[in-house]
Amino acid sequence: MSNANPFYGRRKSRSNLMMGLCMAASLFGLAWLVLILAALIWNGFSGLSLDVFTQNTPPPGSAGGLLNAIIGSLIMTVLGVVIGTPIGILAGTYMAEYGAHGKLSLVVRFINDILLSAPSIVIGLFVYEVMVVRMGHFSGFAGAVALSIIVIPVVVRTTEDMLNLVPNQLREAASALGMPRHLVIRRIAYRAARAGMVTGVLLAIARVSGETAPLLFTALNNQFGGANLNGPMASLPVVIFQFALSPYKDWQQLAWTGALIITLSVLTLSILARVIASRSRQ
Amino acid sequence: MNMTVAQSAAVSSARPTQPAGAKRQMPHVPENANEKISVRNLKFYYGDTLALKGISLPLYERKVTAFIGPSGCGKSTLLRILNRMYDLYPGQRADGEVLLDGENILSPKQDKNLLRSRVGMVFQKPTPFPMTIYDNIAFGVRLYEKLSKAEMDERVESSLRRAALWNEVKDKLHASGQSLSGGQQQRLCIARTVAIKPEVILLDEPCSALDPISTAKIEELIDELKAEYTIAIVTHNMQQAARCSEYTAFMYLGELVEFDETSRIFTTPSDQRTQDYITGRFG
Repeated sequence: MSNANPFYGRRKSRSNLMMGLCMAASLFGLAWLVLILAALIWNGFSGLSLDVFTQNTPPPGSAGGLLNAIIGSLIMTVLGVVIGTPIGILAGTYMAEYGAHGKLSLVVRFINDILLSAPSIVIGLFVYEVMVVRMGHFSGFAGAVALSIIVIPVVVRTTEDMLNLVPNQLREAASALGMPRHLVIRRIAYRAARAGMVTGVLLAIARVSGETAPLLFTALNNQFGGANLNGPMASLPVVIFQFALSPYKDWQQLAWTGALIITLSVLTLSILARVIASRSRQ
Repeated sequence: MNMTVAQSAAVSSARPTQPAGAKRQMPHVPENANEKISVRNLKFYYGDTLALKGISLPLYERKVTAFIGPSGCGKSTLLRILNRMYDLYPGQRADGEVLLDGENILSPKQDKNLLRSRVGMVFQKPTPFPMTIYDNIAFGVRLYEKLSKAEMDERVESSLRRAALWNEVKDKLHASGQSLSGGQQQRLCIARTVAIKPEVILLDEPCSALDPISTAKIEELIDELKAEYTIAIVTHNMQQAARCSEYTAFMYLGELVEFDETSRIFTTPSDQRTQDYITGRFG
């Protein structure tokens, strides 16, 4: 009945065409993600065993695991986040709460955006120059610093965005009780923005836990494990990089397994971030 | 010769004849009325824009003063000067004097947080903090007083009772303040304000987001609170001004057109613009 009108008919077919294109694009994008996950599970799952979590990386031809890489990654990620998060939160707080329209905020915001999209290899080279060269050797500490430089802009951005979402009326209401500014921020604004800020930190962790380039130049690698921050340190991404490029079958298998472990951890973190964000919205 | 505005107002209203063309009549002042706040020749700027053009009026102790006028006339601006809320924003500036118990609160020496603990404010939109009902109230109290657990429980209960909210929330004090309905949230905000024992309470259109039943509850509350507090209320609702207040100020385009006893403003206003506004001819 409605198709009797030619204008309406044409509009409807255009609408269908548009929807079809959008759906095709989404499926195309998703398909690659599914393929990657499938390949990881297919190739990595068979290599999963207790040994992976209890043995250090082996020389070619003998059995081993990824213990040193997992521990190294954990240490450097945690340290990177511990260094980067407070700096990021404080800088984001300054821009959202104190100097929202100030010149300093404009400059910091601009630089932060550049840092946010800077290739991580540049950050690796920077830390190499500043720390590794001066200390004379690679170290887990330099790796953690490189990771923290990646964490900072992510946390700055989410902190500022989330604090900007806190309605001003809430700040006014708190000030109207005679609450000093720092308490308004710490006890009211942070609390209202908490879920978003936690999500930002989780996303930053997810981002750095897969970074290879900044670690190649800073923490290098360490076949023998050990948690000495002052010496070279192994990490999952670097081990994957090295083992995947090697000609040895058992190394390649460990690389697949390591990739699966990283992907699953990042996936878990992302889901956790989503759950926290949606909980707070209720 | 040093007269307070109240005294001079009393003198001028005792005069049998007003000078012709007087801008406004001075109100009748009851003998026991003290000026809690005196606004004197107050000018206010948003950047370069003059928003209040030299306003003088008294707020009498333990009375309710209503501010009416069309949107943008400066009522809320005036209210936000009385607790220096405007200070949160750069580029906003007040000139003139606002005396609270005789002391100029616009002076740079005035501690803003102390001032705000004496002059409380309730906003148009309910603004419960993201914490429990109990903590919403205890939080402000803890800023200025150190109470034992029992004393704090006492204070929370009495504040909630004063705000006519106790019976509705007494079994869920540890639920989130944001889980309450809009009307309950607004009463929670009033309870929170009352809890820190201010001397003056500023209400900025407190009922504009509420349904008629919640509005009636809050109006009853205002009636009870005025026994202890000096209250200023901004409202767009003429009936509300008539019901709740003893004094009414009509403002228009940043000027105070008329200030008088509410009963006179609504029956025999002396300015044509007041007459037009309250009869709904403009605004």
